[in-house]
Amino acid sequence: MIITNIYLYLFLTITVFCFGALGLIFNRKNILIIIMSIELMLLSVNINFVLFSIYLDDIIGQLFVLFILTIAATESAIGLAILSAYNKSRNNIVIDKIIKIKG
Amino acid sequence: MYLLLVFLPLFSSITAGLFGRKIGPKGSSFLTVLCLLITCLISCFLFIEVALNNSSVYINLIKWIDCDLFQVDWGFLFDTLTVSMCFVVTFVSFLVHLYSTEYMSHDPHLPRFMSYLSLFTFFMLILVTADNFVQMFVGWEGVGLCSYLLINFWFTRIQANKAALKAMIVNRIGDFGLALGIFTIFVSFKAVDYATVFSLVPLLSKKSFFFFNLSFNVLDIIGIFLFIGAMGKSAQLGLHTWLPDAMEGPTPVSALIHAATMVTAGVFLLARCSCIYEYTPNVLIFITFLGSSTAFFAATVGLVQNDLKRVIAYSTCSQLGYMVFACGLSNYNVGVFHLINHAFFKALLFLSAGSVIHAVFDEQDMRKMGGLKKLVPFTYSMIVIGSLALAGFPFLTGFYSKDVILEVAYGKYTNISHYSYILGTLGAFLTAFYSTRLIYLTFLSKPNGFKNIICYAYDSSYRIIFALGCLSIPSIFAGYFTKDMIIGLGSDYWGNSIFILPENMNLIDAEFIDYLYKILPVCLSMLGLISAYILYTFFIDLLFIFKRSYYIKYLFTFLNKKWFFDKVYNEYITQPLLLFSYSTSYKLIDRGIIEIFGPMGLSNLTFLKSKTFSKLQTNFLYNYSLLFLITITLLLIYNLLGPCLSVYLNYKIYFVIILTLMFI
Repeated sequence: MIITNIYLYLFLTITVFCFGALGLIFNRKNILIIIMSIELMLLSVNINFVLFSIYLDDIIGQLFVLFILTIAATESAIGLAILSAYNKSRNNIVIDKIIKIKG
Repeated sequence: MYLLLVFLPLFSSITAGLFGRKIGPKGSSFLTVLCLLITCLISCFLFIEVALNNSSVYINLIKWIDCDLFQVDWGFLFDTLTVSMCFVVTFVSFLVHLYSTEYMSHDPHLPRFMSYLSLFTFFMLILVTADNFVQMFVGWEGVGLCSYLLINFWFTRIQANKAALKAMIVNRIGDFGLALGIFTIFVSFKAVDYATVFSLVPLLSKKSFFFFNLSFNVLDIIGIFLFIGAMGKSAQLGLHTWLPDAMEGPTPVSALIHAATMVTAGVFLLARCSCIYEYTPNVLIFITFLGSSTAFFAATVGLVQNDLKRVIAYSTCSQLGYMVFACGLSNYNVGVFHLINHAFFKALLFLSAGSVIHAVFDEQDMRKMGGLKKLVPFTYSMIVIGSLALAGFPFLTGFYSKDVILEVAYGKYTNISHYSYILGTLGAFLTAFYSTRLIYLTFLSKPNGFKNIICYAYDSSYRIIFALGCLSIPSIFAGYFTKDMIIGLGSDYWGNSIFILPENMNLIDAEFIDYLYKILPVCLSMLGLISAYILYTFFIDLLFIFKRSYYIKYLFTFLNKKWFFDKVYNEYITQPLLLFSYSTSYKLIDRGIIEIFGPMGLSNLTFLKSKTFSKLQTNFLYNYSLLFLITITLLLIYNLLGPCLSVYLNYKIYFVIILTLMFI
């Protein structure tokens, strides 16, 4: 399958990435949403890799996708673990209540 | 023997100063007096050998500074001027030493006092015997230092401290001028020793010198600067304010410093530099003007002072004015003649005043004395001799020199010399008046002191008596015996030590001025003596009413407050200077500009900026991620657009952007 117009897809991935990033910034309440936004950004990156792998007819991109999938899975696992540990000690996961990291 | 003269006082000073605790007050007094006696005898021999036999002596000891063109040696030049000064200094100093041993005998710091006196004599001898300007400057600063130490002798008294500071600082203003003069001499003559400088003076008389980008005659500049030095030391109008205040020291100190030695240094400098001054007619006019103004000013102020020593101090100031304007009229020999005579009778006056003060338990106010004639008869006769000599009573010492000064002033026939003649003659009248006033208030009037003081008033013991007696003899005879030798027509007494241009020489002219103008000063002096006596004896009520009358009261205050010189100096020079040094140079510059742009401001700025930056870390995760995003975006923009931006944007704009970022 040869994709003639890559820009449409690129637009999709960039939009998803930007939504992920904006979700990081504008989310003021929930840590879960942060993790979800990060997942979203990683997903957009993955799609990008796949896209270019097909566009350039090169397998390396898909290889990277597999790696990133693994990393994302471990990362979200660790993140959720941190989250549950935090919740255990502080009894909430609201971002505004995290007040010990001031410069 | 020549070197012994100079270094014997140093030896006695060091011994009495460092080992005063070991040898005790008696021992140190004995040692210093003995050393000074020997010095005095040596100076007599020197006087005979150098002055009377007319053979100058030049001793070159060792090299002091030897740096390329700048060569200064420790050299001693004994010519007539030097030995005349040496004799006066050592004679008066010896008697003052002897006098102090009794006058200060109850003082716990007698060894220190004797040490300072000897040190003072040593520096004065260094000053007069030097063969170059730098060595003279050593003596010049040394006598200033010793005057500080001596005025400040009773260091627990705040007034003495302040007076000593004033003496030192006002003198230092003059010393600065003198130092500038010596620098100018070195720059233009490339030498500082007298022999070279004085022989080169005619060569440089037309040379000009750039000073503040204006062209001046080099000799004029040198002359003015040296005269500023002389003004400070000799208490001429403008820098005179230290002299009356310096009466805070013990009385022998006043006699030594402010009668015979220190204040004469200025006149000595003028006489020594006669070669330079002869080629600077403009400076001579200035010197004459200032000297005659000083003579008149101090005489008027002395008229209304109530402090016994202050009256004598102002008369010193006035007589120094006479000497200086005599030098300004190119009659340096007459000026030095008056200096020598004045040293004798002024030392006599000061020491007698000390004897009086001693007799009435350290009371210095003349209004609280009175009636001491019968109680201290010897001091009374001594002070009468001194005062008559000061007032220029015929055939006493002061008469011979003062009248010659006024004669040459009239005989010059220029505007400035007539100005000085008029002021000098008026000053002679005033001098006689206040001398009589001093005698009257102290000795002749009804007793005004406390009874318990008056009852115990008596003449001092033999050492004070001896010193006064010794001084009274030259006060009477010195003028008569040495007149022909020192200022006589065609006398070769001065040899090469004083140089007068033939066209400036007017001693012969002065012999043939109108009889009226010759006799006028003496008549006025006599009038002053008699009128003061009559006024104070018979019309004292009238004087009181006169003093209390409306306008005279203002005049009296004006004179009593020394023409408001001190007030003007304090309010328009000293206070603004202090204010400037506090508010401008300390608060604005030191603590202000330098600190703000220097260490304090820089550390404050770093602190503030770092606080601003650390405020970016706001405690909220989403702000951190926003900063991430912004930074990455900016870096990306720069990375992408950098190459094309540099085409359109000048690099200077980056500086502007970075600077703007600094202010955020």
